[in-house]
Amino acid sequence: MCRRNSRNLLLSGLSLLCILASPALEAGVLPPDRADYLHHFYDGGGIEINGPSLLVRKSIGENVSVTGSYYVDTISSASIDVVTTGASPDGYKEERKQWGGGVDYLHGDTTMSVGYSSSNENDYEAKSLNFSISQDVFGGLTTISMGYGSGADKVSKRGDPVFSDTVDRSAYRLGLTQILTRNLIVGFSYEAIADEGYLNNPYRRVRYVDANEPQGYGLQSEVYPRTHASNAAAIRAKYHLAYDAALSAEYRFYTDDWGIEAHTLSVGYAQPFRTRWLFDLQYRFYTQTGADFYSDLFPYANYQNYLARDKELSTFQSQGPHLGVTYTFLDRQGDRPLKATVNAFIDYYMFTYDDFRDLRVNTVVGDEPLYDFDAQIYQIFFSLWF
Amino acid sequence: MRPGTIALLTVIGAGFVLGGCSSIQPWVKPYERDRLAEPIMSFDRNPVSGAYLDHVFEAREGARGASGSAGGGCGCN
Repeated sequence: MCRRNSRNLLLSGLSLLCILASPALEAGVLPPDRADYLHHFYDGGGIEINGPSLLVRKSIGENVSVTGSYYVDTISSASIDVVTTGASPDGYKEERKQWGGGVDYLHGDTTMSVGYSSSNENDYEAKSLNFSISQDVFGGLTTISMGYGSGADKVSKRGDPVFSDTVDRSAYRLGLTQILTRNLIVGFSYEAIADEGYLNNPYRRVRYVDANEPQGYGLQSEVYPRTHASNAAAIRAKYHLAYDAALSAEYRFYTDDWGIEAHTLSVGYAQPFRTRWLFDLQYRFYTQTGADFYSDLFPYANYQNYLARDKELSTFQSQGPHLGVTYTFLDRQGDRPLKATVNAFIDYYMFTYDDFRDLRVNTVVGDEPLYDFDAQIYQIFFSLWF
Repeated sequence: MRPGTIALLTVIGAGFVLGGCSSIQPWVKPYERDRLAEPIMSFDRNPVSGAYLDHVFEAREGARGASGSAGGGCGCN
């Protein structure tokens, strides 16, 4: 099970909604017809993930636009959890496939969108349905939007045919985009998400002090609360410089009822070069506090009701640069315009943990070095507007 | 406060704000939005790539939501 993938299946749905709805949020005009083929590669922390991602958008008449998407994660790895606590049986090798579809309907300055997404792994199934509506006001200076998403997941466990559980998910979204000057546009978004059901990874285990064990600690299964509610608010801005380039900045605040607070900050710069090239540079920084029920080492077994040793629930920071290059190799004007680009994006990301220790080092229990790792993320994709 | 309640209150608040501002005239005319319409000014120029990166970060970080360009579009067409 790719738990975080699965835990965020509604978010995957939301990502799909971003694909489906965001262009549509340019109310008054349907987004242009386009097709994208992307291949992604991730290598970090002992995990390798790659696969394709496709999106096709096509208008039908003047008021309807439909989309279809397909996404695959092929995962092969020995993550720190797998290596040190056997968090997944027989190593970690699996595939997740996700497909989605959606419809945008334009009526005046109002765009209504609906999207459906389905994802399957060998031990996790998830389906989500998302609705959104957006409206242009103030002569197009302002776009307001709201959305709702509902998800239903089914959790199973390899090697345990009896185990079966579910997760229900709900998400509420609000958005506001505002043109402030002829060079500056800002956006605000808010999202509340509520989950209920089996939220932890059935394979991952926590550790506790046990002098009877050779390594000095014992292992037991994680236990999470069966509810999780979170709030996130973000503000982003783009500024067109006096020459042909743009600056961007974004900040997001996140808080949830598990005790996690997070801040995300990113700044970027986009620079066209001649007519066919475009260079993007961005730096992203993220920091969070740990969940209330997280510990790298509990004092004894069943120390408290809820137990977690998922490093994503610990206190940590992550940061890194993003570099993108886009080349337009086809740009036909006229009655039937056609444009095509090829893009190469590279992200280098560093994760440093404040209270998650590297158990590959044999030393006094609790004195192991803190864990950190670097990740490289590559994307190559083609985009066609037709 | 429950997330649904917060969302509802925000919707109501946005309605009041927008209703109270209905007499405001657009101060950036459509013909002045040429720069805003350029691809480099889009919050979501590459939706497939943006969705993928959001997914990468959501899978490895505790925070979720309000990411990408879900907040709105350009409004500059």
